Amino acid sequence: MLTYVIKRFFTAIPTLFVIVTLAFFLIRVAPGGPFNQERGLAPEVKANLERAYGLDDPLWRQYLHYLSNLLHGNFGPSYNLPDFTVGELFAKGLPVSVQLGASALILALFVGGVLGIVAALNQNKLGDYLVIATATAGSTIPTFVIAPIIQLFFGLTWMLLPIGGWGDGALVNKIGPVLTLSLPQIAIVARLMRGSMIESLRSHHIRTARALGLSDWSVVVRHALRGAILPIISYAGPAAAALLTGSVIVETIFAIPGVGRYFVDAALNRDYTLVMGTVVVIAIFTIVFNLIVDILYAVVDPRVRYD
Amino acid sequence: MKKLLSATLLASSLLMAGGAFTVPAFAEVVYNRGSSAEPESVDPHKTSTVYEAHVLRDLFEGLVMQDQNANLIPGAAESWTVSDDGKIYTFKLRKDAVWSDGSPVTAEDFAYSLRRLEDPATGAEYASMLYVIKGAEAVNTGKGKPEDMGVKAVDEKTLEVTLNAPTPYFLEMLTHQSAYPVNKASIDKLGADWIKPGNLVSNGAYTLAEWVPNDHLKMVKNPKFHDAANVKIDVVNFIPTEDRSSAMKRFEAGEFDSYDDLPTEQLADLKAKFGDKVRVGPYLGTYYYAIKTDKEPWSNPKLRRAISMAIDRDFIAEKVWQNSMLPGYSMVPPGIQGYTPAEADYANMSQIDREDEARKILEELGYTPEHPLKMEIRYNTSENHKNTAVAIQEQLKPLGVEVTLLNTDTKTHYGFLEQKGNYDVARAAWIADYKDPETFLGITRKASGNNYSNYNSPKFEELMDKAAADGGKPEERMKDLAAAERVLVDDLGNIPLLYYSFHNIVSPKLHGFDDNVMDVHPSRFMSKD
Repeated sequence: MLTYVIKRFFTAIPTLFVIVTLAFFLIRVAPGGPFNQERGLAPEVKANLERAYGLDDPLWRQYLHYLSNLLHGNFGPSYNLPDFTVGELFAKGLPVSVQLGASALILALFVGGVLGIVAALNQNKLGDYLVIATATAGSTIPTFVIAPIIQLFFGLTWMLLPIGGWGDGALVNKIGPVLTLSLPQIAIVARLMRGSMIESLRSHHIRTARALGLSDWSVVVRHALRGAILPIISYAGPAAAALLTGSVIVETIFAIPGVGRYFVDAALNRDYTLVMGTVVVIAIFTIVFNLIVDILYAVVDPRVRYD
Repeated sequence: MKKLLSATLLASSLLMAGGAFTVPAFAEVVYNRGSSAEPESVDPHKTSTVYEAHVLRDLFEGLVMQDQNANLIPGAAESWTVSDDGKIYTFKLRKDAVWSDGSPVTAEDFAYSLRRLEDPATGAEYASMLYVIKGAEAVNTGKGKPEDMGVKAVDEKTLEVTLNAPTPYFLEMLTHQSAYPVNKASIDKLGADWIKPGNLVSNGAYTLAEWVPNDHLKMVKNPKFHDAANVKIDVVNFIPTEDRSSAMKRFEAGEFDSYDDLPTEQLADLKAKFGDKVRVGPYLGTYYYAIKTDKEPWSNPKLRRAISMAIDRDFIAEKVWQNSMLPGYSMVPPGIQGYTPAEADYANMSQIDREDEARKILEELGYTPEHPLKMEIRYNTSENHKNTAVAIQEQLKPLGVEVTLLNTDTKTHYGFLEQKGNYDVARAAWIADYKDPETFLGITRKASGNNYSNYNSPKFEELMDKAAADGGKPEERMKDLAAAERVLVDDLGNIPLLYYSFHNIVSPKLHGFDDNVMDVHPSRFMSKD
């Protein structure tokens, strides 16, 4: 197993390199630049700005410069928030996004998992229909509709939660965003769990377990769940990478200082270094969570071996 | 025993602390100021937008400042004199002006700051605004030495600034944040970190306490500020909230005392719901269409006139912008004292008459619905820019103009305009940097990077030059500028469409947030119930 992890780690390096290279040149293809705005700059002023940020160098030199900085852990300055380096922006924003994303993921896995099992055990009965109906609604109503509804009822009508803001990470400030982030995930997890649980319950080893006279609880939790959880694991890996790196919609509506909105804002602002920083962070998260998924597979399913 | 002793000590110290709490604490007055965007920087020389202006106005004090009505008032300078030829400004700094670290604000601080603004290494976006200072342009373009710039500390409290030519709006320019002073000692000592909360030494009514991007920027009252006795708000929290609808809810829930924008598509409903709290009024900004004056067929002023006349601005202001913009017929919006904008001659005609005349011109030029003229409108992404363009498309169609629309994101849009790409008509806007017609007319001058229409009229240039030469005679100068604008408007060097309005929502508990054409609201003049 350890050799496998080490091998994966070393294959991740060229993957990251390719991603960084592609992203670096792709964002430069986009027309306009960081200093184009409604108030046009005098050409000499723009030249000064570009020189100050090293944007007047030939592109290949900028690329080498960026790579060398990156290897030293330096993501460079942000063009649109020049008081901060990209590293500082992530140091402040990433913990926020990770807290929200992780809470939403755990909530989704737990609630969605339980709902899915309940539905599977009550297949084609009222409980099943209720879960399916809720799940369908949950996955079809977009977050930009859910978020304002939560704000309206919990924030304004019942005055239970603040409308927006991070409030230095106070629990009440997290409830709205976490709910919004997790609702669609709960729906997806519940449907996945229902499907795989039904399949698992029909398998031979479960029939054997029942024949041996094991209790329902033991059959479902100790035996059926183990097989049913595999699709959830493969879903949860990429979902975790996406959730932990923030959501532009949720962060914008709830005014949360996470990193999710940097991806969109930075691309629109042509804040090249911030775009690159976001790409690198998302790539690392995706690689790491895919690895975790593969390891978990081996842990859960004795048939999977990497040696 | 030892435990008992320490427990008693702890208990007594707690009691003492409790006793201290029973003394009525002086309640802090906190102003939560919602903002529709994040300020880019708190370095006066690295800023460009109004969002930084709001913050920096509280943190720093320039030579001159603006009060709550945007009137010019003395700042770090208590008085000034102007030489007879209008070129030399001598500022006397107030004796009690100190930095937040207690050191005195000196003339050398201002001289250093103005040189830093022009230093090419700073990369200041607003460096070009102060090219009016002698030698500034040379420094900024790397052709001159900073020490040769026309800024001199005569003594510790006397600053002398020499200009290239008499510039009556120079003092107004100095109210802009890029003319604020920065603290040389802390920049020398801390390098790039001088700007961080806790490090930043400023000379305004507030100091920077915290800044978490996209969350909040906290400023606390500066006890060393010379007018601190009259500053009533202790803490200003600048809270960016991009989503306008969320912001309205945050205001309603009391999380904000004010917010600087409104979801304008809901303006009528908001007015009904919030009444006087919704504040909409004239703001010095013009929304216009640049039209390629050097490209066929747009090079014909008659054709440009027909297009402009056929656009129903009342409809656009009312239906598209819900009256959050006003119909505009001149490049300079109304509201600048001593200046009457040169409105288009058809401003007072009825829309039907305008359309009739426009149709006549188009027919003369051979354009009819059967043989339409093709025109492309480019605009940057925004629901309202799109709706404006769509309305114009519909309005021009019956007259034989077939409009196609092209939407790109803001950076692409302005990148294309800057490179003078091949376009017909493009959306643009200008917000006043300072209260003078020059800021609006200067952008259509031949050499300006903002002259997206490629307008080039010798007569307009001549009148603008005359206005510059008449710098020492303010009334004469205003007449020259009005004459220049008359030429520009008659020529349709641009098609002005709308004048901007400010749109704020303000709690009745907050006092001193006064409406003005610059939308300037210094916290030091405010108070809160």
